[in-house]
Amino acid sequence: MLIYPNFSSSLMTINKETVKKISKLSRIASNEEFENSMIKDLNSILKFVEQLNELNISNTEPLSSVVDQKLYQRDDVEKKINEKKDILQNSPVKNENYFVVPKIIE
Amino acid sequence: MGEITKLTLVNLVSKIKSKEISALDACSDYVNRIVKSKKLNTFVTETLEQAISFAKKIDDNNLKEGILSGAPIAVKDLFCTKNVETTASSKILKGFVPTYESTVTSKLWERGAVLLGKLNCDEFAMGSSNETSAFGNVINPYKVNDENIVPGGSSGGCSAAVAADLTVATVGTDTGGSIRQPAAFTGIVGLKPTYGRCSRWGIVAFASSLDQAGPMTKNVSDCALMLDAISGFDEKDSTSANTKKEEFLKNLNRNIKGLKIGIPKEYIVDDMPKEIQDLWDKGISWMKESGAIIKDISLPHTKYALPTYYIIAPAEASSNLARYDGVRYGFRASGKDLNEMYENTRSLGFGNEVKRRIMIGTYVLSSGYYDAYYLKAQQVRRLIKNDFDLVFKDVDAILTPTAPSSAFKIGEKKDDPISMYLNDVFTVPINLAGLPAISIPAGFDQSGLPLGLQIIGKPFDEQTVLNSAYALEEKIGFKSQVKDWWM
Repeated sequence: MLIYPNFSSSLMTINKETVKKISKLSRIASNEEFENSMIKDLNSILKFVEQLNELNISNTEPLSSVVDQKLYQRDDVEKKINEKKDILQNSPVKNENYFVVPKIIE
Repeated sequence: MGEITKLTLVNLVSKIKSKEISALDACSDYVNRIVKSKKLNTFVTETLEQAISFAKKIDDNNLKEGILSGAPIAVKDLFCTKNVETTASSKILKGFVPTYESTVTSKLWERGAVLLGKLNCDEFAMGSSNETSAFGNVINPYKVNDENIVPGGSSGGCSAAVAADLTVATVGTDTGGSIRQPAAFTGIVGLKPTYGRCSRWGIVAFASSLDQAGPMTKNVSDCALMLDAISGFDEKDSTSANTKKEEFLKNLNRNIKGLKIGIPKEYIVDDMPKEIQDLWDKGISWMKESGAIIKDISLPHTKYALPTYYIIAPAEASSNLARYDGVRYGFRASGKDLNEMYENTRSLGFGNEVKRRIMIGTYVLSSGYYDAYYLKAQQVRRLIKNDFDLVFKDVDAILTPTAPSSAFKIGEKKDDPISMYLNDVFTVPINLAGLPAISIPAGFDQSGLPLGLQIIGKPFDEQTVLNSAYALEEKIGFKSQVKDWWM
């Protein structure tokens, strides 16, 4: 069960712990300097977007795309695209037909 | 020779087709200028040798059928180009050589255009000044008192290259103003087509529900020709619109008598310089002189467009940019385990603005905040679109300034993200509503920097947008004041 925040400003303030959590979720390595600059920037951006709270929109349907059309369905025929060689070509570390990553199983 | 680069796209192609100019001479003139214009830093990758040999092939085999026959064209480095490095001006994509060609650029080459190279932009198209590029600033060919000025962004390499005659025309991308604002800052024409008009396939994605490719050109006719070339349905992009093929250049017409033009009162913003207001007033008079009917309109949710955009665009970006993991392409840093490798790769590979937007996007999509920010922004996006739907029952197009100021000095807004974001106040609502809009050069400010006017149209009514711009262009009589100071 999600706990939805109310719009008190305390919940909207980003502190060091939040920055650490967000950088973890974003898979971006964090350090003291990064955290301090992000606290400043993210709070100023969040303060800016708080204007939206002036609006009463409880009955408004969200708009995720302006495209108003039926999705196109292609014919179910085989096409030679995304061949293994092409896909692997740009990989920084590869071995034969595989991408190589740091060891993930002990 | 030397004057070829001054020709418009329409004129150059017609002279190449009639053999008055060879494709090789056209290409060589552009190559010579590009070589002498390194100071502007417009190119990330040059393909000059290939361009020359391709131009020769066009002449030798008399390949003059295409509507862009022999036109030397550089494109924003956000379009994947087969066998030509594509970086999105980011360190994380350094060395990425696509094995496929974006739909939009493949249409250019199919129609006879010659690739000159890839143009600098803000990193992943995130910026309004080209200062976030990992490969350095682009310099605006316009200068004020010997001080370097930004070319706008994110398509800043594109705008500077067209203004400096380093490409006869180009394609940029526009997520919140990235074609129109740099066009205004450099005295050129830039069109963001309706969302769905041009395929997004093969374009490095920033915010998928907002991104759209479009032409940046010397004038309105060139813009219509480029749109003819790059638009159309593509089964590889599920959001591309299956509309009938139009002929924008053929149907270009200055007659806008009786056309209803809306003037939105909410676009009068605090601190807007008087010269922008004056230019807007002039635009209104020019429209009237052309026989258009001016109507005052209201778009009441305009002020919420920027905050809405700065939730939706980073949210989509954080998701789109998750693919840069150091495994499949581009830059990779070391790490003792998989997570550390990901984190180091992304920390060293992305620049500050990109990290900032990924962080904001991740935050607004995270558990507990999704409804308060992301869902709310999508609801407000609906209100913004409804505003436009309503006024378009009464008017055929809308006239506004393109940006609230002229181009600024390099470094001036770099440390304050909000003041940088405010540049896009007049352009962002159009992306949120998915509409077509053009910026045309309309005059100069006191220091001699170009200013632009924006014309916004109904969905898939680029023809009315182009026709209104064509009529205004004649009234304005804009002449480039670029002085070649860098050569």
